Amino acid sequence: MNKIRMQLMLCGGTGCDSTGSERVREALLQEIQKQDLAGEVEIVVTGCNGFCAVGPVMVVQPEGIFYQKIKPEDAAELVEEHFLKGRPLKRLFYKEPGSKDIIPKMDDIPFFSSQMFRTMRNKGLIDPEVIDEYIARDGYFAVAKALTEMTPDGIVDEMLASGLRGRGGAGFPAGMKWKFAKQAQGDVKYVLCNADEGDPGAFMDRSILESDPHAVLEGMIIAAKAINAHKGYIYCRSEYPLAVKRLDIAISQAKAYGLLGEDILGSGFDFDIEVYQGAGAFVCGEETALMRSIEGKRGMPRPRPPFPAHKGLWEKPTILNNVETLANVPQIILKGGEWYASVGTETSKGTKVFALSGDVNNIGLVEIPMGTSLRTLVYDIGGGVPKKRKFKAVQLGGPSGGCVPEDYLDTPIDYEAIAKVGAIMGSGGAIVMDNRTCMVDMARYFMDFIQDESCGKCTPCREGTKQMLTILENICKGKGRPGDIERLQELAHVVGRSSLCGLGQTASNPVLSTLRYFREEYEAHIEQKECPAKICPDLVHFEVVPDLCKRCGLCFKDCPSDAITWKKKEVAVIDKDKCIKCMSCYDRCKFDAIL
Amino acid sequence: MKTNTHPHHPDITGEMWTRMDEIIANGKGQPGSLITVLRECQEVVGYLPSELLSHISHGLVLPTSQVFGVATFYSFFSLTPKGRHIVRVCTGTACYVKGIKEAMGRIDTTFDLKEGETTEDRRFTLEGVRCLGACGLAPVMVVDKDIYGDVTSNKVINILEKYE
Repeated sequence: MNKIRMQLMLCGGTGCDSTGSERVREALLQEIQKQDLAGEVEIVVTGCNGFCAVGPVMVVQPEGIFYQKIKPEDAAELVEEHFLKGRPLKRLFYKEPGSKDIIPKMDDIPFFSSQMFRTMRNKGLIDPEVIDEYIARDGYFAVAKALTEMTPDGIVDEMLASGLRGRGGAGFPAGMKWKFAKQAQGDVKYVLCNADEGDPGAFMDRSILESDPHAVLEGMIIAAKAINAHKGYIYCRSEYPLAVKRLDIAISQAKAYGLLGEDILGSGFDFDIEVYQGAGAFVCGEETALMRSIEGKRGMPRPRPPFPAHKGLWEKPTILNNVETLANVPQIILKGGEWYASVGTETSKGTKVFALSGDVNNIGLVEIPMGTSLRTLVYDIGGGVPKKRKFKAVQLGGPSGGCVPEDYLDTPIDYEAIAKVGAIMGSGGAIVMDNRTCMVDMARYFMDFIQDESCGKCTPCREGTKQMLTILENICKGKGRPGDIERLQELAHVVGRSSLCGLGQTASNPVLSTLRYFREEYEAHIEQKECPAKICPDLVHFEVVPDLCKRCGLCFKDCPSDAITWKKKEVAVIDKDKCIKCMSCYDRCKFDAIL
Repeated sequence: MKTNTHPHHPDITGEMWTRMDEIIANGKGQPGSLITVLRECQEVVGYLPSELLSHISHGLVLPTSQVFGVATFYSFFSLTPKGRHIVRVCTGTACYVKGIKEAMGRIDTTFDLKEGETTEDRRFTLEGVRCLGACGLAPVMVVDKDIYGDVTSNKVINILEKYE
């Protein structure tokens, strides 16, 4: 019998899938068979590797060599050179954007080397559709421990000791939630997993579900044992079909192994999990709205108290935790709360996964210990801002969060410290913005989002966000009036204080944080009718500066609306009436001749 | 029985009714089944005409107001017909920062198609969706089931031309 000497961990996450990893897999398989290596080299399709920016990616084990941007055409050379002759293919190695250094091994790439993998410990190492691979990495050991050796109180104590706080955004201690639900009276209780990851720019939950679904199931079983629940639901967005598919597979495999369903591991404890698909409503990330949605109703929040720990789904005691929170649970049970709390700051323990995106070189998922500075996140791991542009701000916490400018980049990642600079930890979306981003337009964008997603139940949120959006739209169109800033502040205050749920209470954060740090941009829009970042179409006019124009004609070729006239060796001219302000020419000009 | 009589509708064939009657029967009496039933029926017909919603409300023995209320609350459900190809552009923050707005502008100038609309020939329906969670590829567009990354305003039309 042949012995597998090499494993090709090919990423099959949504990012790499869309850049063609399935075609790469087919091509590799064909070449491996052609070279008669089928018994020695094995392809494993893993969940999201995290480094989505350079996909499709593949890590060759046991060497740990990292290949990026693989195309099906590369398969023949890759198989022959590396897997047959043992000469890794330098052409497909990772190149550091700044220094242009070539780095062959994954562990040496700065993007990975500054990270600490706990929640994402299995990413890229197991096939998420094979339960045995999860079990081989200590999977379901925590369930065995919790079900056979621990009491519900013991589980809750371990969770409290870990200091784990809700990773969905609010940061409420998970152990406390469990404690309340455990104490609540009732013979029917529920464990819910919030996989309705709605914050734009956050995709860690999707990635965890796609790469390590069993970790979430395991966390839910342990939670069920702690509060004595026998039924659980995973509320997953319908926008995540791959996550739903892998969850379904994971649930049926766990049932077949007796790890889910009746009499789990012979302990006499029953627990079943069902996947419930959302139908596209951002507000359903709010806990009471999510429960309404599972009940088949309009997903509208209700006032609290009573809290879900006492009256949740179908009015029964319920705990609701986010995907990332639950994925941390098995290791806390296995290694102890103290182990978990050994990393982090005074009030924020453990690690946090960030989805780094926007104007940053290394886009992808990043897991770092709490207390790491934002600067490390953006520059050391993220590799800074591309195209030689300047960093302007990093947006944390999605539509409920805020922008953190350069001056505050040394803020440590910690629930309280981030709140102090006007943003929130949120679910972990970190969107980097360069100097080509208009902060007023950003505030308008988030307000548009919130206004659209407001469920309409309470007046301050429904009407207040609409008024704020109108003011912001006017400012962006050059119709801003003196006093608009003060009106925004007043509305923000009222909406924040009087809205029913978190959606409305935090809706003004993007406006307030941009006003705090970029007030001069608002003033430029209102007073000078100018958009300093040249983003708001109504305030921008494009012109060619004749002295700078090199007469190359690139702008002419790119213009979609025939607004540019150009002949060889002549300066281009933009017809302002025809110009649709798409910025194609502005982006294309290498000489900054278009202003 | 009332559930066995089907209202006439040009977009729904007899075979579709049979499949949907099964879906409705499965959901009947199950608390919380409404959203699932609506989703599955929409998969069969492509959208949810109001005659169908009334039929579902009879079948599940739920007030018509509740069925309409749920169908209009969630963005996943559509009460109007869709095009042959569903173009979903991500309007998440990362895609926004990276220029999806410009790409959508180009779609509008070429196909006279704005967010939420369907072209007259029912070739495309353009939907703006909240973050698809593929920010690494921003700006992102999904046509039917194909995901396209780095969809700048220059590339978007070439991609769409492939879909007839």
